[in-house]
Amino acid sequence: MNASPASPQVVIIGAGPAGVRAAQTLVDAGLRPIVIDENRRAGGQIYRQPPPGFVRSKKELYGFEAAKAEALHSSFEQLRAKIDYRPDTLVWNCAPGQLDLLHAQRHAEQTYTHLILCTGALDRVMPFPGWTLPGVYTLGAAQVALKAQGCVLDGRVVVAGSGPLLYLLAYQYAKAGADVVAVLDTARFGDKLRALPALLRQPVTFAKGLYFIGWLRAKGIPLIDGVEQIAADGKQSIQSLRWTRGGKTTEIACDALATGFGLRSETQLAELAGCRFVFNELNQQWLPQRDDAGRSSVPGVYLAGDGSGIAGADAAELSGRAAALALLQDLGLPSSKAESRQLAQTLRSNLQFRQGLETAFPTAVHWARDCADDLVICRCEEITAGELRRSVQQEGTVEINRLKALTRVGMGRCQGRVCGAAAAEILAHATGVSVADAGRLRVQAPVKPIPVSAALAAEEQI
Amino acid sequence: MSLLRRVAEQERASVSFWLDGKALSARAGDSVLTAVLTHAEQLRRTEFTGAPRAGFCLIGCCQDCWMRSEDGVAVRACTTEIAEGMRLLSGAVPVAGENK
Amino acid sequence: MSKTADKVIDTDVAIIGGGLMGTAAALELRRQQRSVVVLEQGWCGAQASGVNYGGVRRQGRAVCQLPLSQRAHAIWRRLEQTIGSDGEYIASGHLKLARSDADMQELIAYRDMAAAYGLELELLEADALRRRYPWIGDRAYGASLCAEDGHANPRLIAAAFARAAEQAGARLLQQSAVRECSFDGNYFVLINSRGERVRSRFLLNCSGAWGKEIAERFGETVSEQAIYPNMCVTEPLPPLMNLSLGVVGGAFYARQVERGNVVLGGGRGIGNLALDATRPRASSSFKALAALTEMVPALRHALVIRTWSGVEGETPDHQPVIGPSATTPGLLHAFGFSGAGFQLAPAVGEVLAELVTKGESSTPIEAFSIKRFAVPQPSKEESKV
Repeated sequence: MNASPASPQVVIIGAGPAGVRAAQTLVDAGLRPIVIDENRRAGGQIYRQPPPGFVRSKKELYGFEAAKAEALHSSFEQLRAKIDYRPDTLVWNCAPGQLDLLHAQRHAEQTYTHLILCTGALDRVMPFPGWTLPGVYTLGAAQVALKAQGCVLDGRVVVAGSGPLLYLLAYQYAKAGADVVAVLDTARFGDKLRALPALLRQPVTFAKGLYFIGWLRAKGIPLIDGVEQIAADGKQSIQSLRWTRGGKTTEIACDALATGFGLRSETQLAELAGCRFVFNELNQQWLPQRDDAGRSSVPGVYLAGDGSGIAGADAAELSGRAAALALLQDLGLPSSKAESRQLAQTLRSNLQFRQGLETAFPTAVHWARDCADDLVICRCEEITAGELRRSVQQEGTVEINRLKALTRVGMGRCQGRVCGAAAAEILAHATGVSVADAGRLRVQAPVKPIPVSAALAAEEQI
Repeated sequence: MSLLRRVAEQERASVSFWLDGKALSARAGDSVLTAVLTHAEQLRRTEFTGAPRAGFCLIGCCQDCWMRSEDGVAVRACTTEIAEGMRLLSGAVPVAGENK
Repeated sequence: MSKTADKVIDTDVAIIGGGLMGTAAALELRRQQRSVVVLEQGWCGAQASGVNYGGVRRQGRAVCQLPLSQRAHAIWRRLEQTIGSDGEYIASGHLKLARSDADMQELIAYRDMAAAYGLELELLEADALRRRYPWIGDRAYGASLCAEDGHANPRLIAAAFARAAEQAGARLLQQSAVRECSFDGNYFVLINSRGERVRSRFLLNCSGAWGKEIAERFGETVSEQAIYPNMCVTEPLPPLMNLSLGVVGGAFYARQVERGNVVLGGGRGIGNLALDATRPRASSSFKALAALTEMVPALRHALVIRTWSGVEGETPDHQPVIGPSATTPGLLHAFGFSGAGFQLAPAVGEVLAELVTKGESSTPIEAFSIKRFAVPQPSKEESKV
């Protein structure tokens, strides 16, 4: 372990639950971290705040989570004067000791000695026919429209997918006056029964889930479980959704679809920071390796929250604190080892709840086998499953970066963020190797597109 | 035809903007995406097949909501706030002088 | 597929390096009915061959390279026949911009010099330049156009050469770093990372930035260092630049691919050859973007979606090392192309095959002899755009 530097410069990336609690922990210990966030206001996604001037109460915005949201937001407000807060700022590159930032279309550099990455997550969506049509959004998107903009998807909305967000979103939407015409769950009720012992480790969360289901049922909204495949149809926008269940196909007319199958961690900065990655079977994703406290494989780089493994908002707050405590320990500053141990224990227990959730909402394993050749896998470049399969057959491609070089999958504006996992699964199925062996897309800066004009402004500054 | 419908926060100052040459109205605090999709059904067309797109994740990750203003500036609709006088192009209507 | 330690693969020619030089040579040697084994430490074409800019360019090369470059040009023109695919090769033209009168004088002098080698260049003054290419900005003073130069997709080309070589019967061992290599007086013996042994009459050192390392195992004196070119690419844009662009001094080089992305190079990234790790540098990307948009103002509204770097081998005089070893009969070198090897590769492959089958090259390569490193350094000639 390196000797603690004379004056550490800690940068926390992400002002969601993990980042806020990490910042609070460091401030309490007398440090003044820099907190960088892409959004205009703190809170991350689940506790996302609307722009200033919006009037709904916390109860209206966050429902059962109102108290937690309030606690987090007010904690952050108290922190503001004691941190160097950089909202509306994108960290687009991470090199040893230095970050490249974009704020107000201008480039800036930021040095650091220690990093806490709290980069959060994105809905996990596997491609299905029609998924690129206007009117098709992630569950998270549908929620942000309501929470942060006071809008719902217009017209008849189908909510489809799996995971805890499914029923929550349907409930929030129906309550807000959206026309929810069906909720389609790819998990089976039987799976939920099997997962009962693990789910009961977090009875409050479990009860909320049951509450939403009960509420929706009472409103007469059709809830269908065991859905196998979905397909959206329409020309300019979605006009109907087909699904199969037990060999039977049903179609429902609709104007919007909100869909998602759990969450996927955003790990680009961890990769650029040089963290070692391991394929995580539970998350079906490559994740940066992290110890019980949140230390990555790189000294001085810590990981917290959903950005390095999906565990939910409560766990994110705890892991943000745990990572900050580990950082303090590594700096040789006083911090409670007993509390670190306690946090580690709680987070482990939470992981078992998560495993229960995965049983209750199993991921659809066979889509890569069953999807048609004309299914668009890469939204940005419009690369189809057939093009990927052809590369395997004709060019002997077995590795994902090679697949990218030859077919252009993952070469678009999102640089594989949305399609990477799907492309790896298609490749794995076509070659007969495991998804882990198919490899993972190499990340390069910028992690999101940056305007050339920012480069020009930077050159002028020199 | 629209993809988003307002259900709350309706008492906000009005903001005028232009979409494909047509004058429209949004509310202060709307993202460009909200401003456009409360009036329309697309934000852009893909470069390769011309398929219409209207965003997907709404949190600045999928990069599927990039629009261009009439003077060529790239705007990520879901993370950019609508501003008075913005002149946006969605690809729904061919606009004379649409530049690179 | 188990290999025991004492199983030996016998072959006429062993080639270290599965990049373009190695696979082009392998393909040509197969045409001459020689057996070939290529040993590549990673995946064929993943290094310089696959990450370079993709310029297929004669203009701007040092005159000592022009005979080889002209030979390569003829092969590029019939590329589909050679490797079975076009690798997105377009003879779009290459335009080298002048930003001052001094630059223009340099272009004029080069045009006169190159004419002797059959390279025809058209000089354009500012007005003519902008009439023909209205997207070029006011800061351009003039330019030199090579109408038949162009560009291609290096990832596809490298992969296509490897595939063609394999289909022609060359044996490609990938993930197969050479741990040991030696000459016993008659044969070269190589042992790779899997313990496999290859024995050959000829050994071709096509190992790019690692060329010096291999050469030194045979007691050669050579100067080569690894360089890390800095590359950027934009989002897909409407068609704008219909030819490959460069500038006197090399501040940037840019081309727009058919799908609309603009690929841009300029400056250096950072890297570590030992770790095979490279990264682009923001400051290099910014400088190149500034230089590009000064010449092509419409690009100032574009988005940059990715930057990258890669490994290339550079010599002090920026000329490659091509030709027979100074120490060991049967050892031939082709490395150190200093960022300008892509266009030359098909001809280098033919020359290497000639050296094996006939003992001499029909194209002049004396300027590239490894022996030049045993004497005081020659003056550096410009070989970049």
